[in-house]
Amino acid sequence: MNDNTQREMACQELVEVITDYLEGTLAELDRARFETHLASCRACQEYVEQMKALVRLTGKLTVRSLEPQTVDSLLGAFRRWRDSKTGL
Amino acid sequence: MTPVAQISSAEADLIDRLRGGDEAAFVCLVNAYSESLRRLALAFVPIEAVAEEVVQETWLAVLTGIARFEGRSSVKTWIFKILANRAKTRALREKRTINFSELDHPLERDEPAVNPARFLPASHPTWPGHWAGPLDTWSASAEDAVVGRETMDVLQRGLDRLPPAQRVVVALRDVQGWPSAEVCEVLHLSEANQRVLLHRGRSRLRGVLENYFKDNA
Repeated sequence: MNDNTQREMACQELVEVITDYLEGTLAELDRARFETHLASCRACQEYVEQMKALVRLTGKLTVRSLEPQTVDSLLGAFRRWRDSKTGL
Repeated sequence: MTPVAQISSAEADLIDRLRGGDEAAFVCLVNAYSESLRRLALAFVPIEAVAEEVVQETWLAVLTGIARFEGRSSVKTWIFKILANRAKTRALREKRTINFSELDHPLERDEPAVNPARFLPASHPTWPGHWAGPLDTWSASAEDAVVGRETMDVLQRGLDRLPPAQRVVVALRDVQGWPSAEVCEVLHLSEANQRVLLHRGRSRLRGVLENYFKDNA
């Protein structure tokens, strides 16, 4: 289909397939090309580390909690729902 | 074939408690999922107030629907599907459908992970497509132990500003830690399209951090 499979991976291709690589969905041959390139490219090594660092940091973002009045109104709805059930 | 998703005993217990009117079980669910529900709603309708309403409607639908919940998917997936359906309906009504486009057709538009100007041209005799210059090295500064509040705020703002479809996928996958299969099911995405959105969102966020560390080196 294309001749990419024959060539060494270029940096510009690596940055486009990095998510497939990290997700474990990169095809066998491309994974080998990825790893071969990575072994000899300092800039791409740094790029991969940056992506991994990003994913780690994103995982540490705190999930915002609901506004207290939203929780109150949901609890109100819950109690009305519960009471309507027991009233049946 | 076995069913796609079988609910765990912990989930079955949670459902029993909800059906029995256990307030703590409801609060636990609300606290666990409301923020991701809000993010998902925003991906469809980019109006905070409407997203909040859709989340509230979703919880009410959960309460009225819990008696009929059959456990064919996990409780979480079920709740998020309710949200997605309602948010879509609402978005159509608000005529803000533009935000669906990237969810439905992520490949219609090309979006390079890195500005092409950062690479040597394809015509370069020895290094086509290689980095034109060295990359700033900041990955070590992004180690958890040394990352301060300011960096996390920059990252949060970057996430908030992602195009909606990318934002919701990154939020569900990387902030909430969902497996890709669940994200695909709730958003009706193929695995491939989910990865495209994740890739674009992460690539943009990497650029945000790169700029931040460059300015604060």
